[in-house]
Amino acid sequence: MAANPMNQFNVYRIGPEIKLGNVDISFTNASLFMVISTIAILIVLNLGAKKKSLIPDKLQLLSELTYSFVSKMISDTAGTKAKPYFSFIFSLFMFVLFCNMFGMIPYSFTVTSHIIVTFVLAAFIFIGVTIIGFIKHGLGYLKLFVPSGVPMVLLPLIVVIEIISYLSRPISLSVRLFANMMAGHTMMKVFGGFVVSLGIVGGWLPLSFSVALTGLEILVAFLQAYVFAILTCIYLNDALNLHH
Amino acid sequence: MLKKIIIKFLFSFALITKVQSAESGGMPQLNPEFWISQIVWLVITFGALYIILSKVILPKISDNLESRRSQILENIEIAEKQREESEDKIKKFDKIILNSKLEAKNLFNEARQKVLDDIDKKRSELEKNLEKEIEAAEKEIQNLNKNSAENIKKIATETSSGLIKQLVGEEINKENISSIVNDLTNNSKENRKNV
Repeated sequence: MAANPMNQFNVYRIGPEIKLGNVDISFTNASLFMVISTIAILIVLNLGAKKKSLIPDKLQLLSELTYSFVSKMISDTAGTKAKPYFSFIFSLFMFVLFCNMFGMIPYSFTVTSHIIVTFVLAAFIFIGVTIIGFIKHGLGYLKLFVPSGVPMVLLPLIVVIEIISYLSRPISLSVRLFANMMAGHTMMKVFGGFVVSLGIVGGWLPLSFSVALTGLEILVAFLQAYVFAILTCIYLNDALNLHH
Repeated sequence: MLKKIIIKFLFSFALITKVQSAESGGMPQLNPEFWISQIVWLVITFGALYIILSKVILPKISDNLESRRSQILENIEIAEKQREESEDKIKKFDKIILNSKLEAKNLFNEARQKVLDDIDKKRSELEKNLEKEIEAAEKEIQNLNKNSAENIKKIATETSSGLIKQLVGEEINKENISSIVNDLTNNSKENRKNV
C-alpha cells in the first residue's frame, strides 16, 4: 500500500548520536545530503576551473557559464556595487540548486524542503542585508520605508505597510522555497502511490502525470534556486543603492 | 469498465488521504527534534562551500575568463595592426608597380627615341653618301660625256683616215677629215635636236 507521502521528509540519525552539551547535532540524512551537494558542487566547479585552456571543454564551459550567469544576474539586479557579495550569492545559488536537484533523485532527501533550513538561510540574508544597509547609509537606511511621492495623508499607512513587507521578507523567502519543494515532492509521492494502488489497469494516467510532474519539478528546482538568488540580489540592491 | 476505473481511482485517492491522516502526526518539518542539527550542518557545509568557492575556485574561474577576454582583445588588436600593415604594404606595392610601369614606359620611349635617332642618323649619312656618290658619278658621266665626244671624233678621224688610206691609197690631211667629222657630228646633233 502507498506509504505516507510525508514520510520522505523524515529526518533520521545516521550513525552515532553526537551531543554538544545538551544539544543534539547528530549526523542525519539531511546532513548527508548537504555534504553530498557541497562536495558535488566543489568537484564539478573545481574540475571546470582546473583547466585553463583558451577554448574550454564541457566541464570548463559549465563552470564558466554558471559563473557568468550568476555574475550577470547580480550586475543586472544590484549593479556593480554588489561585486563583493558575488561569492556569497554564487554559493547560495549553487547550494540551493544542487540541494533541489539532488532531491529529485528517488529515495533521496530534499534538504530545502525543510523550513528550518530555508529559514536559516533567509534569516541570514535578511540580517546581513539589514546590517549592510545600515553600514552604508546609517540611519538614512530607514528612508527605505518612506517612498517618495506619497501624499502626507497616506504616509503613516504606507510606512507601516513598508515595514511589514520588509519584515516579512525572510518569511516569504524561506516559505516560498520550502513550500515549493515540499508540495512538489508530496504531489509526486501521491501520484506514485496512485500508480501502485491502481495497478496495471488504471495506473497509466497517474504514471503519465508523474512523468510530467518530474519534468515540472526539475524546472521548479532550478527556478526556485534562481528566484532565491535573485531575490537576495534585489534585497541587496535595496541596501546598496537606496533609491526609493 | 471506465466507470470501474474512475471509481477505483477516486477510491484509492480517498484511501491514501485516509491513510495519511491516520498515520501522520503533521509535517516532519515542524518536528524540532533535529532542527539544531540541521542548522549546525547547514552552517558547516554552506560555510565550507562559501569559503572554498570564494578563496579557491571562483578566483580561478574569473582569472580564466579574464585571461580569455584579454587574450581575445589582444588578438583583435594584433589582427587590426596586421590589417593596417598589410593595407600599407598594398599601397606601397601599388606605388611601386605604378612607378615601375612609368619607368618601363620611359625606358621604352627612350629606347624607341634612340633607335629612331639612330635610324635617322644612319639614313642621313646614307643619303649624304649617296648624294656624294651620285655627284661623283654624275661628274664622271659628264667627264665621260665630254671626253667621249672628242675620243669619238679622234677615233672617227683615225678610222676614217685609215679607211681612206686603204681605199684610196694615199694620205689625206688629217685636218680635213676632222673638220668633216665635226660637221657630221654637228649635223647628227642637230638632227637629234630636231627629232
